[in-house]
Amino acid sequence: MTATETSAAVRQGDAPPVPALRTHGLTRRFGHHLAVDDVSLLVPRGAVYGFLGPNGSGKTTTIRMLLGLLSADDGEVELLGQPMPRALARVLPRVGALIEGPAFHPYLTGAANLRRLDASDATADPATSSARIADALARVGLTAARGKKFRHYSLGMKQRLGLAAALLQPRDLLVLDEPTNGLDPQGTREVRNLIRELASDGTTVLVSSHLLAEIEQVATHVGIMSAGKLLRQGTLAEVLSDGAAVVRIATPDVEKTAALLQQLGLQGVQPDPARQELRARLGDAAPEEVARAVVTAGLRLRGLAVERPDLEDLFVALTGEGFDVLQ
Amino acid sequence: MSSSDVLAPAFVAPTRYRGAFGRLYRSEVRLILGRRRNVAMLVVLSIVPLLIGIAVKVSTPRGGDGPQFLGQITGNGLFLVFTALTVGMPLFLPLVVGVVAGDSVAGEAGLGTLRYLLTVPVTRSRVLIVKTLGVLTFTATAVLVVGLMGILAGGILFGLHDVTLLSGDTVSLGNGLLRTLGVIAYVIVALFGLAAGGLFVSTLTENAIAAMATTVGIAVLSLLLDAVPQLSGLHPYLLTHNWLGFGELLRGQVDTGALLSWSGLHLAYAAVFLSLAWARLSTKDVTG
Repeated sequence: MTATETSAAVRQGDAPPVPALRTHGLTRRFGHHLAVDDVSLLVPRGAVYGFLGPNGSGKTTTIRMLLGLLSADDGEVELLGQPMPRALARVLPRVGALIEGPAFHPYLTGAANLRRLDASDATADPATSSARIADALARVGLTAARGKKFRHYSLGMKQRLGLAAALLQPRDLLVLDEPTNGLDPQGTREVRNLIRELASDGTTVLVSSHLLAEIEQVATHVGIMSAGKLLRQGTLAEVLSDGAAVVRIATPDVEKTAALLQQLGLQGVQPDPARQELRARLGDAAPEEVARAVVTAGLRLRGLAVERPDLEDLFVALTGEGFDVLQ
Repeated sequence: MSSSDVLAPAFVAPTRYRGAFGRLYRSEVRLILGRRRNVAMLVVLSIVPLLIGIAVKVSTPRGGDGPQFLGQITGNGLFLVFTALTVGMPLFLPLVVGVVAGDSVAGEAGLGTLRYLLTVPVTRSRVLIVKTLGVLTFTATAVLVVGLMGILAGGILFGLHDVTLLSGDTVSLGNGLLRTLGVIAYVIVALFGLAAGGLFVSTLTENAIAAMATTVGIAVLSLLLDAVPQLSGLHPYLLTHNWLGFGELLRGQVDTGALLSWSGLHLAYAAVFLSLAWARLSTKDVTG
């Protein structure tokens, strides 16, 4: 056995499973504008990966590069362990995609549009085509509208048809760019359930969105983009814990409590005597220990709460409060 | 990591079904022929021989003026095909071919369906091949519509008889029909050069209307240049110069050499345009 073979065998034994999607240093310029800057995504198998970022942050450009629609100036993409775009023809049949909104032939019916896509797929069994199209339409609740021309579809129906197209074949990975765009609350809920259902069947889902509450409900992992850069990535819990927890204490003894908290080593103590409360970053301190210290010091404690930022707080903290498109 | 295959469990690529390309091709043809605009263009084309035939039937024959072969129609309905093609070649047929060829890729890019076709995936070379075959099929259909309507209308209005050729020889109707098939084939090959130009233009833009107009513009420009006597040195190489060369098939002694060299020029145009289209499409950033 040669050295390489040995290491290969060893690696195979305890190697983590190949991620569904991995990029390394992905970069793309449009003229002088750096649309995607050194992005290294890691989407483990079975994850529901929330791909977040404000408008114009490079999410869609990244997705287009993942799927071989745009060439990368630099960096690598691996889909299902295969290099893209080299293995495009082999890999993409296992990948369903909804990219920057649905697009279909307006003068064809919903079903005819799906037939067109299915006929284009060399890996689709013609014998099961009708059944799979009917299934996909049923799954997104479009059975009744199957014979309607696409141009007469509402925005929500168009979005559903886009999802149906992504579900024509069994997929290992679904890339859904803003899947709930234009959907009513019921539709949004259905899409959320659909994503959960697909994920529980073992499909990896990359879903881009700026509806953070939506993502927080379904995602196991998140990545946050801003101005072309991937700012944070990891499991939802990991990324959320990046945002420092804050302890809020209500007490009439604001000044003394502030001094005590500083003694305990808490950072960023902000006394607010007018409201009779103060805030401080919790850091490594346990909230119950803080409470005990306050009480032991003979200070009056009216209330103590620990606030963890939700995804939206974190998102705004990372990507900025402003309404402007970042350049 | 030395190589990703070391870590990757064997990735099993999904199997391709036999006849998959045929399925894609049929879907493309359905897309083109199922579109109302394209059907309407074919209907208009089919009316051209009918109109000419009726006009000739109701008017008193006059010698001399009018398009080539017009005078012979009353004697033999088959000449209606050649007249209709002569009338159709400078404008109607290039227009119809230009619309469908210009729309082929640009139309899908404009709608955004190109990105979904590419992620199905249909590889870029396959997209170009199927689009080329689709446009070629439509071109052939358009020419056949003129040809068949010409035979039909000519036969009904004037009857089909043994054919007196331009050289004065007379050949049997069967021979005449065979020559007609040759004429139709020649016109299809001639228009293929323009169709390929349309495909190339179509890869340059997401605006289908602009692509259609540019394609028709190519034909018009070539016709204009062909009409400038000072450029006579250029004329034999122009896209449209030999478009009416099918008359050669109606002589007793067919100059096959000339026909082949003209067809070769059309195919050379097609090859150049298709290579350009491939170079463009295979590297194109699909952002639409």
